[in-house]
Amino acid sequence: MRAAVIVFPGSNCDRDMQVALQAVASAPVEMVWHKETALPRGLDLVALPGGFSFGDHLRCGAIAGKSPIMRAVSDFAHAGGHVLGVCNGFQILTETGLLPGALLRNGNLKFLCKPVALSVKTSASPFTSAWNAGDVATIPIAHHDGAYVADPDTLAELEGEDRVAFTYAQGAPNGAVHDIAGVLSANRRVLGMMPHPERAVDPAHGGTDGAPLFRSLADALVSA
Amino acid sequence: MSAEPAVTQALAADHGLTAEEYQRILDLIGRTPSWTELGIFSAMWNEHCSYKSSKKWLRTLPTEGPQVICGPGENAGVVDIGDGDAVIFKMESHNHPSYIEPHQGAATGVGGILRDVFTMGARPMAAMNALSFGRPEHPKTKRLVAGVVEGIGSYGNCFGVPNVGGEVRFHAGYDGNCLVNAFAAGIAKADAIFYSAASGVGMPVVYLGAKTGRDGVGGATMASAEFGEGAEEKRPTVQVGDPFTEKRLLEACLELMASGAVISIQDMGAAGLTCSAVEMGDKGGLGIELDLDAVPQRETHMTAYEMMLSESQERMLMVLKPSMEAEARAIFDKWDLDFAIVGKTIAEDRFLVKLAGEVKADLPLAALSGTAPEYDRPWEPTPASPKVADMPACADPAADLLALLGRPNFCSRAWVWEQYDHTVGADTARGPGSDAAVVRVHGTKKALAFSSDVTPRYCFADPVEGGKQAVAECFRNLSATGARPLATTDNMNFGNPEKPRIMGQFVGCIQGIGEACKALDMPIVSGNVSLYNETDGQAIQPTPTIAAVGLLEDLSQAIPMAGRRGDVLILLGETSGWLDRSAWLYELHGREEGPPPPVDLAAERAAGELVRALKAAGLLSAAHDLSDGGLAVAAAEMALASGCGATIAGAPKGMAPGAWFFGEDQARYLLACPAQSAMAALDAAAKAGVPARQIGTLEGDAVILGGRPAPLAALREAHSGGFARMMGA
Repeated sequence: MRAAVIVFPGSNCDRDMQVALQAVASAPVEMVWHKETALPRGLDLVALPGGFSFGDHLRCGAIAGKSPIMRAVSDFAHAGGHVLGVCNGFQILTETGLLPGALLRNGNLKFLCKPVALSVKTSASPFTSAWNAGDVATIPIAHHDGAYVADPDTLAELEGEDRVAFTYAQGAPNGAVHDIAGVLSANRRVLGMMPHPERAVDPAHGGTDGAPLFRSLADALVSA
Repeated sequence: MSAEPAVTQALAADHGLTAEEYQRILDLIGRTPSWTELGIFSAMWNEHCSYKSSKKWLRTLPTEGPQVICGPGENAGVVDIGDGDAVIFKMESHNHPSYIEPHQGAATGVGGILRDVFTMGARPMAAMNALSFGRPEHPKTKRLVAGVVEGIGSYGNCFGVPNVGGEVRFHAGYDGNCLVNAFAAGIAKADAIFYSAASGVGMPVVYLGAKTGRDGVGGATMASAEFGEGAEEKRPTVQVGDPFTEKRLLEACLELMASGAVISIQDMGAAGLTCSAVEMGDKGGLGIELDLDAVPQRETHMTAYEMMLSESQERMLMVLKPSMEAEARAIFDKWDLDFAIVGKTIAEDRFLVKLAGEVKADLPLAALSGTAPEYDRPWEPTPASPKVADMPACADPAADLLALLGRPNFCSRAWVWEQYDHTVGADTARGPGSDAAVVRVHGTKKALAFSSDVTPRYCFADPVEGGKQAVAECFRNLSATGARPLATTDNMNFGNPEKPRIMGQFVGCIQGIGEACKALDMPIVSGNVSLYNETDGQAIQPTPTIAAVGLLEDLSQAIPMAGRRGDVLILLGETSGWLDRSAWLYELHGREEGPPPPVDLAAERAAGELVRALKAAGLLSAAHDLSDGGLAVAAAEMALASGCGATIAGAPKGMAPGAWFFGEDQARYLLACPAQSAMAALDAAAKAGVPARQIGTLEGDAVILGGRPAPLAALREAHSGGFARMMGA
């Protein structure tokens, strides 16, 4: 698998994502600056990392969604490429329309950083195949705007098509509707999630529950 | 443009300069200074920038050791951690601004300390904050707590540095002045550290980062005065922070440094352009010429006075290698940050400032800092506190423990640190809520431990012992995680130094800190002094915050705070049952009386070294330091971390239960050992000459103190819910 991590001004989990992809998925990773207009050739995965792209000015992810590189990322996704957006990356994916719904300010209006138990809702995706549906994984969250919302029709579609990848197992700490923590695109090749799997891949992190996500990707994209 | 005001002694007084100091200026330059020059002098000579009351005493601190690469005097201290790596760290206060405008005051405190670290070439790896607030029931406290915590979070989270520890305390002494002490540490290669001394004549002086506005004009002068009525009117002197710009400035500066374009670099902190330019020139033995027309400005019609005193954030000043200008400019273009050549170094000892072709200031540069006033302020020692003659009895230690753990000074601080990103960077091995935080040095198996400590009620009763204790507790917290303490930064927060009683607190604390740093081999490598923390004549408690860094050669050597069910508990260190000035006496009986526990530095060192030796020998499951609240609180914290009860033996013969369970004798640890290792651990302690006794077991689902049970669930409820209850949310 060959991966690229997009770096926006204000991204601050770009290095962590790079390390996790290299260490767990053994992927060569290229860092791509947001002002680029094209992605490197031969990519299997584009990762949009967490952070505060453009300082969260206007709306989280809104300005990054208009960055030159995002047109290329969008084309890549529409051509069947795999895209992972974590935290601010998830916000950017909803802003560009690659994923439905939006992420609003946390219900208690405060930034929240703590490990949370996630329920893996589906193993039928290139991001979650190393889990069984129903598994619980403890992964840290760290966000101010993680309350997932979508209109009822969209929610029914997401749930009907088995596109909710993760829910908060003990209730959403951030006010997310239906406790949703991560969702998949219709072709199941784009995943956005608020929790940070890249912060739970090494015993030094106090847990490695995020590692199966990267192993799933390595398995799915091995031949590509 | 309005006319400049006439410079008089009265105007000088408005700038915080005394009549003698104003006379000194007249003597030095042989004429009346211009308005801009007066502003420059006030910025350089205020307490905050000149350390004029504290310098004499700061010089007595131990600052050297084989591990020290650079001690105090630069932006931050630099310490060798082996393999060509260095840790760069400092702690600095933002007390006055945070009281006036909690969110921005605290946020820009974090921003300032991060800049101090990355201006030397380090990528920040950890931050901590030591916060002191007034009584929880004081009408301002909750708003200050909420605003300060939100401000710290908003800045650090966006910047992307894990905020891994610190302290929060409440005491009536801070009702009128909160304390916000921000710590940051970063990692650099030991041979790639950047300093502030300019070199070479005719070199371009470059302005980097954000634009200059009118915010923070006179901030350092504001921070050098007591508060009286109308403090709120000083809000415009508080700066506004932009962590997004700071993050870009970090990345741009590190790229710039790697490019080889930087001769010297200095962040613009207190008194912005003035302090940074004078510092670079002074350290390099050069003059500086500035052309203010070239300064990137956010507002129109700014005067030279405003530009020289602005404390707009996220700015740096650099002396550039002229051949590298194009490369350097390209890096700042990439990050969409300002890059402007605003002056040059000159051979003469001169600080020349021009605006619109007019000379606004023309001063002897070296004299600006070199002849800053220095005072040997009169001081009086703090009188000794008599021993408490009528010590209350403790009828039920379990009930007292439950009451104590729910108090605002003891309950879990999760409400605070869940608002801080403490896992960004993916190197946090141990975050907030334990003895010391442990963060891996990125890409290595090494880790650094960080702790920040001080017990102001001890310092108030006996500044010398209190100063020692602050260092000793920091040493103990680092040792309890298995780290070898390396070096220290101090953030000295006191009242008005012109009062001999307050000056005596400062002098005493410095003496104690110096003795302890020497005995424990933790030299002071950086620091900050914040004086005039007074409102309407009421001073804060003397609060010399100590933050220290320890090294774990291998992360696997880290000692957890959580033991395992069935582990034997060993109490390390001598217990006399010292309840005078204890947290128990204060929190549960409302009495702040008696002398603090004496600190035996040799015993402290021996106990810390033993803990590390026991871990190396594979005899330990867990360790926790004993401090406020003594044995009972330490046992409860270990039990909560372990998810298991603990049975602790009753007081030895001749000791009252209160003294045994809540006494605060120093140099003590609670150790958890697998049952089969306990004898070996006790033997090792005997050989090392450290008192040790087996006192209990991790078992059951209650903390049982001499037969009295406190159920773990009730302790957890008291501990975890206390902060939210206090905040009423």
